[in-house]
Amino acid sequence: MSNATHGLELIGLTKILGGRVIIDNLNLTVEKGEMVSLLGPSGCGKTTTLRMIAGFLIPEKGTVNVAGKDVTNLGPEKRPSAMVFQNYALWPHMTVFKNVAYPLKIRKMGKAEIEKRVHEVLEVVNLMHHKDSRPGQISGGEQQRVALARALVQEPDILLLDEPLSNLDAKLRVKVREDIRDLQRRLGITTVIVTHDQDEALSISDRIAVMNEGRIEQFSTPQDLYDQPATEYVANFIGSLNRIEGGYADGQVIPGNEVVGIRPEDVSFSKSQVAGSYPATVELVVPRGHFHEVYLKRADASLRAFVSIDVPKAGDIGFAKVSKALVYKDGKLVRTA
Amino acid sequence: MAKRENNLNLQTGSLVTRFFIGVFVAFMAVFILGPLIWLALQAFSTTWTFPNLKPDGWTLVWWKRVFETPSMVEAIRNSFITAPIVVLVSAVICLPAAYAAARYNYLGRRVFLIGMFAANSFPKLGLFASIATLFYTLNLMGTMVGVIIIQLLGTIIYMTWIPAAAFAAVPKNLEEAARDAGASKFRVFRGITLRLAAPGILVAMVMSFISAFDEAQGTYLVGSPEIFTMPTEMYSLVLTYPVQIAAVFSILLAVPSVILIGLARKHIIGGQLAEGFQIK
Repeated sequence: MSNATHGLELIGLTKILGGRVIIDNLNLTVEKGEMVSLLGPSGCGKTTTLRMIAGFLIPEKGTVNVAGKDVTNLGPEKRPSAMVFQNYALWPHMTVFKNVAYPLKIRKMGKAEIEKRVHEVLEVVNLMHHKDSRPGQISGGEQQRVALARALVQEPDILLLDEPLSNLDAKLRVKVREDIRDLQRRLGITTVIVTHDQDEALSISDRIAVMNEGRIEQFSTPQDLYDQPATEYVANFIGSLNRIEGGYADGQVIPGNEVVGIRPEDVSFSKSQVAGSYPATVELVVPRGHFHEVYLKRADASLRAFVSIDVPKAGDIGFAKVSKALVYKDGKLVRTA
Repeated sequence: MAKRENNLNLQTGSLVTRFFIGVFVAFMAVFILGPLIWLALQAFSTTWTFPNLKPDGWTLVWWKRVFETPSMVEAIRNSFITAPIVVLVSAVICLPAAYAAARYNYLGRRVFLIGMFAANSFPKLGLFASIATLFYTLNLMGTMVGVIIIQLLGTIIYMTWIPAAAFAAVPKNLEEAARDAGASKFRVFRGITLRLAAPGILVAMVMSFISAFDEAQGTYLVGSPEIFTMPTEMYSLVLTYPVQIAAVFSILLAVPSVILIGLARKHIIGGQLAEGFQIK
């Protein structure tokens, strides 16, 4: 059963490559107009999943529905998806204009119509002045926009981005990421983006699917992933974590057979005792730019804290309070306290 | 101090080295260019008696005679018919194989690529003789088709290895991007892969043309006495005509190769030919 309101549905997807199960019974539903990230370390299967959506790989089992249509066994040229490749994959022998016009030429569109559509989309990505340049003559950021324009000109039902920012320098990355997000919202296009960069995923996505060994560990909003990481793996992967084996009660770590995860931003240090705080010594302070990383030693545990005001010095004695902890048993979240 | 002496030694050393390099270059120039210059002068000389340093007189009569002798004109015509056909047939057969070798890692791919050398790594005459027996039963002896097939053999190695490297050098995701844009497999091959591999294919075609154009052993065995091409015509020509005729014919034989290499020079020197033999 496919529902026409879904932008993308992956049902029971399984992919075996070279005798290894790369994707294991994966399910994912993306709403129309939604921007979803597949986030995970290299080798987790996120690119394989994207390539199955694009049609470069055919799954051994399962179904791919794009905009309510079953495309599982269609080749990439027959799918209503358009992909932006990690290294852009622009054709070096064609000008920017011809690169963007190619998908329309294949669709046998009239010359005047092609020109109009290509100019429109080049305006959108702000590249009209480069329309007669070759890919080799423009910068990486510009090439990236050409690749995006080439995908958008097809007016796809779903836009696929494979690590689109990884080849850009850090400053440009933030800007292009905002641009992509802005464009995606404006056009309301269903988008799946593959990334290993949690910052990128958190800032750009409506929802994030955190992947691990061919499975989705958790699929949720960025805030939810951060506040309620369903598994220890997700908690470790998103943001920073103090990971302590034991139990948790009354704001301290107690002996036990669970795993306690405490975000450094949920640890505070003060000179005077407040409710729920316990004596602590400052062991080390590491400046990290807009905050300081403070290593605290308490009777129950060593804790890392992120502090941005009233930064203590190494050797200071005071009180540390944990305002929130995540408790995991067998890798799964059992409670927050 | 010691360092300085060292430097001095190095300088005199390099002077001596340079001298020997100079002598070597001069020797090679004479060795390579000498016969060519001799040939060029012979083609225009009335007679050239030993030990004179230059011909006794100048004439164009030998050129006229070459173009008035029917057997020679026919040899020239045959050469310019067979060689281009060989190149085209070779391209049609070998380019798909080259593409397969570059893109698909099938069983026996390496055996196939190395096997391409087989025809070139044994004495050819033995191979040609056994082919000739086959051709007798197929009635291909003394026919154009037979000559074309025999000339084809020598071009296969160029037409597989060099284009295979050229195809392999086309990034796979440029093809994928075209598929994603809606192009069929064939259209991707035509518009993207073939287009980007074109310089390598051009080099392969030039090398194949030269190989076919210069092929003499097999062509003689299979073609004669019905069909003579320029190189096989040379055999009878050097024995039965004045040396000046042979000189004219040599120059005519060299012209296409020189022109083609000149045209493709950029790509050959640019490493396409060298890269051709570096496929993994």
